[in-house]
Amino acid sequence: MSRRHVAAAETWHVPDGLLEPFAAIDRPSLPPPALWSIEAHLERCPDCRARLTRVMATGSPEILSLVETAQTGLAARMSELPAPPRPRRRLTRHLTGGLLISWLTACVAVLLAAALLDLAAGASGAGGPSWVLLVAPVVPLLGVAASWSRALDPARELVAATPAAGLPLLLWRTCVVLMVLVPAALLADVVTGEGGQAAWLLPCLALTAATLALGSVTDMARAAGAIAGAWAIGIAVPAVAMREAPAVLEPAWLPAWAGLMLLAAAVIAARRNSYRHMLDA
Amino acid sequence: MPDRFTSAALAKSPKSSSQDPLAPTRAFAVAAQALSVRAGRHLAVDGLDLTLDTGVHGLLGPNGAGKTTLIKALATVQRPQAGKLSLVGIDAEGGDLRELRRHVGYLPQNFGFYPRYTAREFVEYLAWLKEMPRGAVPAAVDRALDRVGLADRADSRMGSLSGGMIRRVGIAQAIVNDPALLLLDEPTAGLDPEQRVAFRRLLREVGRDSCVVVSTHLVEDVAAACDDAVLLDRGQLVFRGNIGDLEAAADGAPRDAATSAVERGYTALLQEFRARAGA
Repeated sequence: MSRRHVAAAETWHVPDGLLEPFAAIDRPSLPPPALWSIEAHLERCPDCRARLTRVMATGSPEILSLVETAQTGLAARMSELPAPPRPRRRLTRHLTGGLLISWLTACVAVLLAAALLDLAAGASGAGGPSWVLLVAPVVPLLGVAASWSRALDPARELVAATPAAGLPLLLWRTCVVLMVLVPAALLADVVTGEGGQAAWLLPCLALTAATLALGSVTDMARAAGAIAGAWAIGIAVPAVAMREAPAVLEPAWLPAWAGLMLLAAAVIAARRNSYRHMLDA
Repeated sequence: MPDRFTSAALAKSPKSSSQDPLAPTRAFAVAAQALSVRAGRHLAVDGLDLTLDTGVHGLLGPNGAGKTTLIKALATVQRPQAGKLSLVGIDAEGGDLRELRRHVGYLPQNFGFYPRYTAREFVEYLAWLKEMPRGAVPAAVDRALDRVGLADRADSRMGSLSGGMIRRVGIAQAIVNDPALLLLDEPTAGLDPEQRVAFRRLLREVGRDSCVVVSTHLVEDVAAACDDAVLLDRGQLVFRGNIGDLEAAADGAPRDAATSAVERGYTALLQEFRARAGA
């Protein structure tokens, strides 16, 4: 019902002289057009419905009792029907049918393997950079790629045609990925006792944001692959080769990571409409 | 049949409320002007002019004619290369894409699904992505599944359903939001004859107040369920008209027992178009 109709309803109400014959059990005294107009008005006007109830209580109690019988009868039958299943909660919806769950499990397994390597290295006194520190900043990229990529969401073509397809959905799915993987990485960090100050957290968020930004011009999986590859070649491999923790994870680099994150956020905001076309590479 | 339909999108959009509320808000469900769409490197839809209204429209053509690419462009999952495209009264390039998509239902030729979801959960998920009001979703999902004859399998996991049933779940998700523009790409593939008859009835029902575009290579589907036919070849419009006109095009063609009048008309039109294009 449009606002226009509601506004019109307030300017006119069924006069008592019409309401009484309307409430009578056989309405012989009212012409059909008057009946229709009154019915149409009653549908929208709670005040006139309340007045009608009062008129009927004195004028035609038999109709009221009929309505009541029907109401209690229906209510009894409705209560026998099984309750409809509850819709899934908002966050679990983004786990896209369990597919993302298997990817997140794989990501957690990578973190677990890194933690075990660190523990083994600690026990043997081998030294070298922490694997958890090297892996944690890029692990969420795998999850982001999985949540948005061409190959990994089977219903992607259906999703792409819906109004929800766009930046908000991408951010929701990224949130789910981070909510699982950040605590997992934090746990690995604490267990191995390496760093312990979550030195990887800001780089991780910055690289995730950079992936989303790059994903506005190319496929999200390709964007994640490019950034994770750059991290591996530029930072992880040299760190392992030199047997020392990468300098970029030191506190002095925090402003640079924050800067990267802001830049990525600006790109995402500027290109927000491009996420509406999920299938465009 | 009404010549034009009242656009649900326009009637609800905030833009139209600032204009004269009594002005007729009418628009074609589909209005394409010199539309070109790429599929990979080649131009699969090539300078197409087409307007579609309320009713069931059969999109016909040989393999590679551009049917799927055109449907993808109408579903706004593929952006046109050139030309103008307006859907349910909203410009598909510069307009409010989110509002536009609320009024579209789309069944792709090959659609993926989540095997662990039940049919109900899957349609519910799509209804939610279509931004239907939360309270309206459960009833709309039940109704959509009922209309495709799957009410009794609503709580079966998708992984346990047959190919024909999965196709019907796909149709259910396409109609769940009562779209003003319903796009179905080869919807009868995998349906048995009885289901196809039920499906045609559903098409007619939906086509009474929505614009339904059905792509198919089965000419008899079009003859049985569609108000008119749109024949494409090499990305161009060969023929647009009602089923009677399509049959009439067969007049000059030699008759034989193996073909129906509609099929002869289809073949004759294609041959004539190709002869003209070749000349």
